[in-house]
Amino acid sequence: MIELLNEYGQAFLWHDGYNLSGLAMTLWLLVASIALGFILALPLAVARVSPNRLLRWPVQFYTYLFRGTPLYIQLLICYTGLYSLEVVRAQPLLDGFFREAINCTLLAFALNTGAYTVEIFAGAIRNIPHGEIEAARAYGLCGWRLYARLILPSALRRGLPYYGNEVILMLHATSLAFTATVPDILKVARDANAATFMTFEAFGIAALLYMLLSFLLVGLFRLAERRWMTFLGPTRG
Amino acid sequence: MNQTAYALPAAPAGILSTRPAAQARGVAASELFKLRVADLHKRYGDNEVLKGVSLDARSGDVISLIGTSGSGKSTMLRCINFLEQPDQGSITLDGQTIRIQHSRAGVRSADKAQLQGLRTRLAMVFQNFNLWSHLSVLDNITLAPRQVLGVSAREAEERAHAYLDKVGLPERVATQYPAFLSGGQQQRVAIARALAMEPEIILFDEPTSALDPELVGEVLKVIQTLAEEGRTMIMVTHEMGFARQVSSQVLFLHQGRVEEQGGAEILDQPRSERLQQFLSNRLK
Repeated sequence: MIELLNEYGQAFLWHDGYNLSGLAMTLWLLVASIALGFILALPLAVARVSPNRLLRWPVQFYTYLFRGTPLYIQLLICYTGLYSLEVVRAQPLLDGFFREAINCTLLAFALNTGAYTVEIFAGAIRNIPHGEIEAARAYGLCGWRLYARLILPSALRRGLPYYGNEVILMLHATSLAFTATVPDILKVARDANAATFMTFEAFGIAALLYMLLSFLLVGLFRLAERRWMTFLGPTRG
Repeated sequence: MNQTAYALPAAPAGILSTRPAAQARGVAASELFKLRVADLHKRYGDNEVLKGVSLDARSGDVISLIGTSGSGKSTMLRCINFLEQPDQGSITLDGQTIRIQHSRAGVRSADKAQLQGLRTRLAMVFQNFNLWSHLSVLDNITLAPRQVLGVSAREAEERAHAYLDKVGLPERVATQYPAFLSGGQQQRVAIARALAMEPEIILFDEPTSALDPELVGEVLKVIQTLAEEGRTMIMVTHEMGFARQVSSQVLFLHQGRVEEQGGAEILDQPRSERLQQFLSNRLK
């Protein structure tokens, strides 16, 4: 056990000698994909609830596509599938992008979590009492201002518990990154296992690290909910 | 309360005699009235809810819309600031008419800018308060003045505190969320929110119907203060006693038409059979 930690401790936490790895890599995957997914999801959620079909349908198609297929397959298509296409390799920009495993992984993760996040926020927007939006209109708020000042701030708060859940699910989903050779926690654990055959210890450490991150995230979201969701009233706080 | 204000809109001599200056200058009727609602029609499918209702309000008028549920009184109020799109008719505020445009998709309100202009000058108080639940009381009151009128944050906050005081709420509620307040307090916050827009006309849509009986009084008291200040208000209400007390004009709606109209005294001496019926049912 000690020798495993001596040998792989650093790789498990932040660096394997070549690259960011282990915990640091997992965190980077999580933060980057969640951030990209969030930025993508905000405008798409607004489009998702739009009365205009031309806006709504493409978004609906996107979320069905990415929620309807396993993340692993999405990752395979991004990582190996796209690069096997002649069109992609012929384009220098695309070729450069898809040659890097980390790019493909982040793309797949961001699109995937983005699709779920769109549905979470769209649901939260639909959950805003109709009267509140009517009041906003009656007071002259309209267009982007209505969204930026009222609808989105309200929806983000209402969606917080569901969004927190999505972030934790995404943390666990990042463990698929090893299949695209990205050195995250699980990849280090597999390497350690292959080299030492200390299977229980290697994967046990990985599990502990994921658990640690989960507890951290749960705590953070609990703080956020206390801060931003008290408005629901004395019985819900 | 204000007997001189009572007049049917179609009685020019009576009205003008109370405004000699206006008469001398030969001011057109549309300039005399703060708000004119003319021949409003509203249809939901085959069901015609409003069959041509009109209303004229002068500055300082308190107009009560009464009638049974389904008579169209709330719809009429909501058509005035286009929360419902009227199918036909016109709304004139200070001589400026909001035209109702007919488009292929059906009937739509006038151009956006004109509509926004109208909405910033009318403020509405709703039956279910419709406070923005995720915002503190202070933010509820400052949001529209800041975002729509462009008032500075500091001035908006000063206004908010002044109007909270006016509706009789203590300073400490400013930081609370609406869900932590009683219904009566919430409705008073909603009134403060309306006042903070410094509107020319306040529309009340059954402001006390969602309140527990013991909370009705505190809200009516605030509305009465506003009436005494000479604010122009249009109010849909079921509180007949209150309507009698504050109204300068009462409109009784029945099945989408104005069945009877006059000063507050029509509640004591109704002419039409329907209003007599309506009032006697109320008293039982």
